[in-house]
Amino acid sequence: MLRFALRRLAVALLVALTVMTLSFLLTRLSGDLAISIAGAGATPEDVAIIRRAYGLDRPLVAQFLDWAGRAAVGDFGDSYFFKARVSTLIAERMPVTLTLGLTGLAIALAVSIPLGILAAVREASWVDRLVQLVAMVGQAMPSFWLGLILMITFGLRLGWLPISGTGSWEHYVMPGVVLAFSAIPALTRLTRSGMIQALGSDYIRTARAKGLSRLSILGKHALRNAAIPVVSIAAVQLGFMLGGSIVIETVFALHGVGFLAWESISKNDFPVVQAVVLVLALIYIALTMAADLLNGLLDPRLRAA
Amino acid sequence: MRQAGLVLGGVIVGIALLCAILAPWIVPHDPFLQNLDNRLAVPFWMEGSNPAHLLGTDQLGRDYLSRLVHGARISMLIGVLTVVASGLIGTTLGVLGGFFGGRVDDAVLFAITCRLAIPVVLVALAVVGLLGSSLTLVILVLGLLLWDRFAVVARSTTMQLRNLDYVAAAWSAGVSTPGILLKEILPNIASHLAVVATLEMALAILLEAALSFLGLGVPPPLPSWGLMIAEGKDYMFFSPWVIFIPGVTLFIVVLGINLLGDGLRDLLGAGDTR
Repeated sequence: MLRFALRRLAVALLVALTVMTLSFLLTRLSGDLAISIAGAGATPEDVAIIRRAYGLDRPLVAQFLDWAGRAAVGDFGDSYFFKARVSTLIAERMPVTLTLGLTGLAIALAVSIPLGILAAVREASWVDRLVQLVAMVGQAMPSFWLGLILMITFGLRLGWLPISGTGSWEHYVMPGVVLAFSAIPALTRLTRSGMIQALGSDYIRTARAKGLSRLSILGKHALRNAAIPVVSIAAVQLGFMLGGSIVIETVFALHGVGFLAWESISKNDFPVVQAVVLVLALIYIALTMAADLLNGLLDPRLRAA
Repeated sequence: MRQAGLVLGGVIVGIALLCAILAPWIVPHDPFLQNLDNRLAVPFWMEGSNPAHLLGTDQLGRDYLSRLVHGARISMLIGVLTVVASGLIGTTLGVLGGFFGGRVDDAVLFAITCRLAIPVVLVALAVVGLLGSSLTLVILVLGLLLWDRFAVVARSTTMQLRNLDYVAAAWSAGVSTPGILLKEILPNIASHLAVVATLEMALAILLEAALSFLGLGVPPPLPSWGLMIAEGKDYMFFSPWVIFIPGVTLFIVVLGINLLGDGLRDLLGAGDTR
């Protein structure tokens, strides 16, 4: 297990390094950053001053090593637009994004696990088909549009929930539901296939032969085995949801990391953009690694792979 | 039921493709023509609608139906071209990794892992924000980002084929490695790739709409459905249909593509490629 864990950790570090390089290169794509920062109407002298002031006249490799060295200890430099430390900005906004992500995941699990079990127990019946249709509808739903429709319905017409902002837990209900939609299809399908596999296995037949009740077979035996892949995919989905929350945060004006990234992109504030890309990628890498280690712990066969 | 899904999906995608190809010849009005005297005219199911504008007009008085039909062009173009680009990248990587195994496969797996760690929407927004919004750039960015599922499926299916008898037979008949990859492997994984292509096409269309909605996708005045929703957002509380119409269209087309893919999966026996 230790060997497996170490190898997995090494891969995660390599991936993190690659993503770090990519997120650095990402902001150098436009060719000359100094021109973008200076903005329209800047004279060539202004651009030259900015280029020197931000160290953009140095070789790219030197700029990267400098940035990467600081980023490795959590120092992402200063934001041009917000006039604050990037690390402070991200730390301030992260709780909103994490709350949103966890709310979304909780809603997704609360919907997809019962649906998946229901579909598996009634495999190939109309219930199963209906559940699969629900998953497909969820997959096709444009999240930003669903957000607007919910705002009109529950915010304006019914007046049940606040339309935007972050004041109370009610502010997270609609964004959480919308975010959950992106994870429900995958989680439902996985619960369904896991349960079908578990229900068809020998130990379930033994449990049935022993005369255990249906509920106890489902809850105690089948679900416990089907839960392993669901838990690990849930971790991966949480990573995707945090990365994708930028759209929903913008729609609902939730001032999380995604909203910060959106503001920074429109202001050409590249230290913030590359830091947010890197931080979200690192969270994803950590979550997938945790999921893999958990799987390895629970299922020794996976460690060989 | 499954067949019904395939047929329904096929019909929806067929109509969307027809609209995309024939748009300039079938729309009742010029989709870019503004008429400030006739702004936000209501669609046909509401009182006071004008038969000349079946789906009403937008905030600049442009005919909504004409814009909607032209929007199919953008969505279909983005969907198809993104899938071509990402399919080429993903299939090449996946087939190479699956066929050669060893170091090559390690490198391919590593590339897939890195790609998955990159937040797609955020990076796409950042690139468009830095380089300026254009249809070509959106296609390029999405094509370069959405190849992971192609690579995963191409890799695993190639691995299964690699050791089969007919590949060994081709080897012993002296067929070159590129010959085997192109003539023996590729045709046999094509059905799996077709299923992935539908899923990715649906995803690309959704992502383009989201990017355009956030103002960093297709630039105005192009009638992208995402852009139409963004432009209608300011009027949605009093005229909800301005976001309802493009949103429902987007949803139905994406659902249609997914239904088609699901039906294809069963028809071709392509197994679980999700």
